[in-house]
Parts: sequence; structure tokens; C-alpha cells
Amino acid sequence: MEDQDHDHEHAQDAGQHPPAPKALKVKALESLLVEKGLVDPAALDAIVEHYERRVGPRNGARVVARAWTDPAFRERLMTDATAAILELGFGGRQGDHLMAVENTPEVHNLVVCTLCSCYPWSVLGLPPAWYKSFAYRSRAVIDPRGVLAEFGVALSPEARIKVWDSTAEIRYLVIPMRPAGTEGLDEEGLAALVTRDSMIGAGVLAAR
Amino acid sequence: MNGVHDMGGMEGLGSLPLEADEPVFHEPWEGRVVALNMAMGAWGRGNVDAFRHAIERIPGPQYLSMSYYQRWLVAVTTLAVRGGLISPEELRTLTIDPAGEKREPRLTAERVPAKLASKAPSLRQTDKPARFRIGESVRARMVNVAGHTRLPRYVRGHIGQIEFDHGAHVLPDTNAHFQGEQPQRLYGVVFTAHELWGGPAGDAIRLDLWESYLEPA
Repeated sequence: MEDQDHDHEHAQDAGQHPPAPKALKVKALESLLVEKGLVDPAALDAIVEHYERRVGPRNGARVVARAWTDPAFRERLMTDATAAILELGFGGRQGDHLMAVENTPEVHNLVVCTLCSCYPWSVLGLPPAWYKSFAYRSRAVIDPRGVLAEFGVALSPEARIKVWDSTAEIRYLVIPMRPAGTEGLDEEGLAALVTRDSMIGAGVLAAR
Repeated sequence: MNGVHDMGGMEGLGSLPLEADEPVFHEPWEGRVVALNMAMGAWGRGNVDAFRHAIERIPGPQYLSMSYYQRWLVAVTTLAVRGGLISPEELRTLTIDPAGEKREPRLTAERVPAKLASKAPSLRQTDKPARFRIGESVRARMVNVAGHTRLPRYVRGHIGQIEFDHGAHVLPDTNAHFQGEQPQRLYGVVFTAHELWGGPAGDAIRLDLWESYLEPA
């Protein structure tokens, strides 16, 4: 499997935890680059911390909840998602050219990158293993209904699917349908319901 | 290039690794690779297209057996050697050449927040009028490019419709080979699933394709 770490598994089997060879190699490379004055290890720490703690699907969930509750924002989001999302403070890497695509009862949108793993980092963080997997990259465009079924998503037979293959620097954020039974929730309560997968199109949000 | 990376439409490439509460990084070294890529990128010796092409050039059998961040690691080191930041010998031995140049890091910890918030748009100004109009039928050209391209095999030769005009964007086909940005009009082009795969009526696939990838249908 693509993202399994066999080295790590072997280390665990041995009942001890020596660093895996891959980790050792990265460590040695980092040491070399630090020694040559090419990278600052404190900068590396700060970057890792950013991706582990600062960005993630919570950002995108706030965009979705705002779009559901603020029609003027929704309008701006659908016209110029990059600018609208920047209003909420989400910019930076892999978020320079964003488009929002709305799911409706008639059209379900699904995002993929068949050639590599392009993903809207600024609103969703780094992509999950399944998004980067060969299975998803190969099948999402030819068998989207089969892929969605593996995620437990069953679309109504009359719903059409539109798959967005991210072949350029445009990044796509799916705006899922607001679930029924959420009329009483405020923006924060709604944001808490929005899943990462629903913003890729690989999930739908259940009625409350 | 017609590499294994161009996998849209293939079958038999395993199952979806679905994982509940997945961590951002499964191993600490993966995060270091992401960070090394950004810190080394601050030297300006590569670009996103060259990075992707470095991954595509990993021989197919290895590409398929490596993990995602292992492939990134290959690209980071490939661009570091190409950019003259480390020598091939240093990469092979992971030991510093005492005769090599000693530098000061470009990306210091203090500069990280600004770097993370910085923009790197691919949009460029153009005076050239668009060759294709919204709604026009186009054919994705039947070409087999030896180098980098973002025209997947699965649409080549097929007819789609122009749905969106994104303006001019940096052309990956040249930028990946350090032959300049040569910006070109980028279009959102929609193909029916029926046209591409004999798929269900109503389903569609949309890609972003540069003007030179397309011809009038």
C-alpha cells in the first residue's frame, strides 16, 4: 500500500523502536543541509508546527458555514473565492487561486488530482492519505460512483456527478449541501458539522 | 511524459486507505520533508513544476513502491543538486564536502510566518486575446510530450467544451524545464463521462487545460 511504512512496522515487530531507515536518512540529510548553512532547523520546526496545528479543515468549515448563513458572502465566494476566503483570513500556500463549487440536489462535485496531489492547503490543510493514494487518483475520474460508495456516499440516481481534476494551479473547495434540521444553529455550530471529506466531495452531511 | 504518475482512469491500483482521525504526518520524518522542501525552496533554484517533474521522473516501479513523502524527498534532493546547493557526492554520502560553500539559511525561523502567508500566484498579465470562447467545442490534442505536461492521457483526442477562462497562467511544460514561464491562457474544459469512458449520461469531468493543449473541434 502506498502510504504504509514498512520500516516502521519492522521496528515495532522487533519489540524496540530504533529510528526507521527512512527517518535516519531524512535526519542525515537535514544535518547535512544545516551544516552547509542551507536550512535553519528552527524554521523547519515552525513549518511542521504550522501544518500540524495551524491549518486544517476547520478553515474550510468556517468558509462553508459562512456561505450557508450569509447570502452576500456566498455570492462573493461563488464569484471570487480567493478574495472571499481571504476575508476570513485564509490565504497563503496552495490558496492563490481558489474556486468554490456548490453541491445541489442535481449535481454532486468531487475533487481529485490525477497527476499528483493538488489540494487547497489554505482551507483544508495537507491532504489525507486516501486523497494521495493511487486508488483515488486513478478511479475518481472513471468510477466516481464506485469511489463514493466506498466512502458510504449513495447519491440519488438522478444526481449527476461532476469530477474536478486539479490539473493546474486552481484549487477547488466543495460547498456541501446544508443538512436538514440545522435551521437553529449559528455559524459556529454549523462549522462544527462540516467534515473534511464533504469539502472534497467524498462525503455528504447527514440530516440532524 | 507518459509516466505512471498519469493514472487517471486506471484500475487495479489498490484500495482506498481510509483512516479515521488520521494524523497530519504518520511519521515525524514526513513533516521534516515538507519543511525541508519549503526551506530549500527559499533559495529560488526550483519551482513547483520542476518539483512535480522531478517526482514524475522517478522510474515507474520505484514510484509505485515509494510512499508519498519518499517521492517528495527525491524531488527535494534532485532540485538541491540541480540548483548547485549540494553536490551529487554529498547527496550520496550524506556527508559534507569540507571544500564546499558555506551559506546562511535564507528561511530563518523569524521569516517562516511571512513565508507561509506569502503568495505564489501562477496568474500572469496577457494582452493576447483568448483563442477559444466559453461554450466552444475543443479537442484535447493528441500529443505525446517527452517532458512535463499537465495534459493527462485520458483526455487526449477527446472533445470537450470550454466552460471557464482563467486568464493567462505560467505554462508548466516550459517552467518545469527552466525554459521560462511562457504564460498561456488557461481554460476550464468539461468533458462528458460518456465521451471519455462511455460513462453515465449527465456525469462530467472538468480539467484546467492550457491553450496549446487544445484545438478547435
